[in-house]
Amino acid sequence: MVDTSVVLSGWRLDNPVVPASGTFGYGSEFKDFYDLDVLGTFSFKGTTREPRYGNPTPRIAECTAGMINAVGLQNPGIDAVIYDELPRLKTFFHKKVIANISGFSVDEYAYCCERIDREEQVGIIEVNISCPNVRHGGMSFGTSPESAAEVTRAVKAVTTKPVYMKLSPNVSDIVAIARACVEAGADGLCLINTVLGMRIDVRRRRAVVANTMGGFSGPAVFPLAVRMVYQAAKACAVPVIGCGGVQSARDVIEMMMAGATAVEVGAANLVNPYACREIVEALPAEMERLGIERLSDIIGSAHNDEW
Amino acid sequence: MKKDIYQIRSNEPLTASVWRMTLAGDTQAITAPGQFVNLAIDGLFLRRPISVCDCEPDRLTLIYKVVGEGTERMSRMKAGDELDLLTGLGNGFSIGADLRRPLLVGGGVGVPPLYLLAKRLLAAGLPVQAVLGFNTAAECFYEAEFRALGCGVTVATVDGSAGVKGFVTTAIAHRNLDFDYFYACGPLPMLRALCDAVPQEGQLSFEERMGCGFGGCMGCTCRTKNGPKRICKEGPVLEKGEIVW
Repeated sequence: MVDTSVVLSGWRLDNPVVPASGTFGYGSEFKDFYDLDVLGTFSFKGTTREPRYGNPTPRIAECTAGMINAVGLQNPGIDAVIYDELPRLKTFFHKKVIANISGFSVDEYAYCCERIDREEQVGIIEVNISCPNVRHGGMSFGTSPESAAEVTRAVKAVTTKPVYMKLSPNVSDIVAIARACVEAGADGLCLINTVLGMRIDVRRRRAVVANTMGGFSGPAVFPLAVRMVYQAAKACAVPVIGCGGVQSARDVIEMMMAGATAVEVGAANLVNPYACREIVEALPAEMERLGIERLSDIIGSAHNDEW
Repeated sequence: MKKDIYQIRSNEPLTASVWRMTLAGDTQAITAPGQFVNLAIDGLFLRRPISVCDCEPDRLTLIYKVVGEGTERMSRMKAGDELDLLTGLGNGFSIGADLRRPLLVGGGVGVPPLYLLAKRLLAAGLPVQAVLGFNTAAECFYEAEFRALGCGVTVATVDGSAGVKGFVTTAIAHRNLDFDYFYACGPLPMLRALCDAVPQEGQLSFEERMGCGFGGCMGCTCRTKNGPKRICKEGPVLEKGEIVW
């Protein structure tokens, strides 16, 4: 029997497979496909203080080995999440969840994190400073070490649960941002969010999505994500949740070797609603093929550059 | 909702750009006319949503227009090929208990989902009138199929090359069609013109670019008078009274 469990800041997950925020709603849509308790946990939809409609449609564009989304943080707001979504979630998901929080000001991040910190269903707070689809918020906090640190400090000051900062790949120096978050008190990191991208409808000679640009995700970004997880995990002594283009049990293992303690799966859920369950089921056999007995043993095992 | 492998039984053109594909497989997840399937196409990342034209317990008919790479690839598929489908997606048309004289209004490739609806309405003992709008006679399809079911059919073409010259709204006025409720699927301008032209209530099926097709990504949300709705989940069928144009 192989051991697939991992530990994130003292929280033991049965396995490292975690549906990524924005691809799994608050769980309701996926519970009709399978029993969500097979998951390590999942990260719920990026939540803000007020309800948000998001961007105009079209919000989605097909890409080679991936997709662009410009949803723009549509969510029902923190009150509805606390009073409607979490009680509903409790009826079909019996583990703690990762709360993904976004915002448009440092105060908003702090307010929402303080509110969600009181919910016993929440295991980790994942602070999204990397949404590329909103102006004056999201990613604008995650592209400079100073503002990333400012949000981290503000959130840490009002919370008791582990705080993981979700980082953007749209930066020139991921290590500088990662270090700034950790120095400001982050308990962990999650990366990468989507890569800012664009498609053009060549017949209409204009952008495919109404927001012009959007977040590119899917298997095409996997090598980029592995590289950034490797760099951040090597530079920082906190757990890293790896995210970006993961589609298979083998991808999960590769991401863990790059330094991830747990692995988020995003766009794959949208193409195959069973993607995460299939990855969980495939993990033990893949571990046996690779001679891995305890999955947690391989975290960062590629950090030795000598070969 | 159900994910399964289906086998293509036939795939043939009905017009220069509209194709009909029949598939064999379990259709029990399809619970209402107006629902859609989301099909995986080798080499493309996202699935492609296609409305259900007809369905029997072990057979499914899809009619699609070749408009891009996905549907172009679909048109090259052959009988015997297998397709991975998510079925039973979306909130379809509902048939109210007090419905007496329904009118179906379809425009172009919006016609197909009304076919299964027509079958269900006729099975419920209701007389069914259908107005089918196209650009030209060459683009017309399924008039005979609706007639064969027992529907009264009026065709309208924009250029007048078949049926009434003009839009579906022209045909409704021209034929002075008597109905107490309508069901519509077609291009957005047609749906809007129809709602403006007739006082009756009705249900309309909308289209939007989708990510997942089952409510997971919020890619296809639209505003309604009852708050934001996902075209793939709370839609594609919405009621006339809730639509924000």
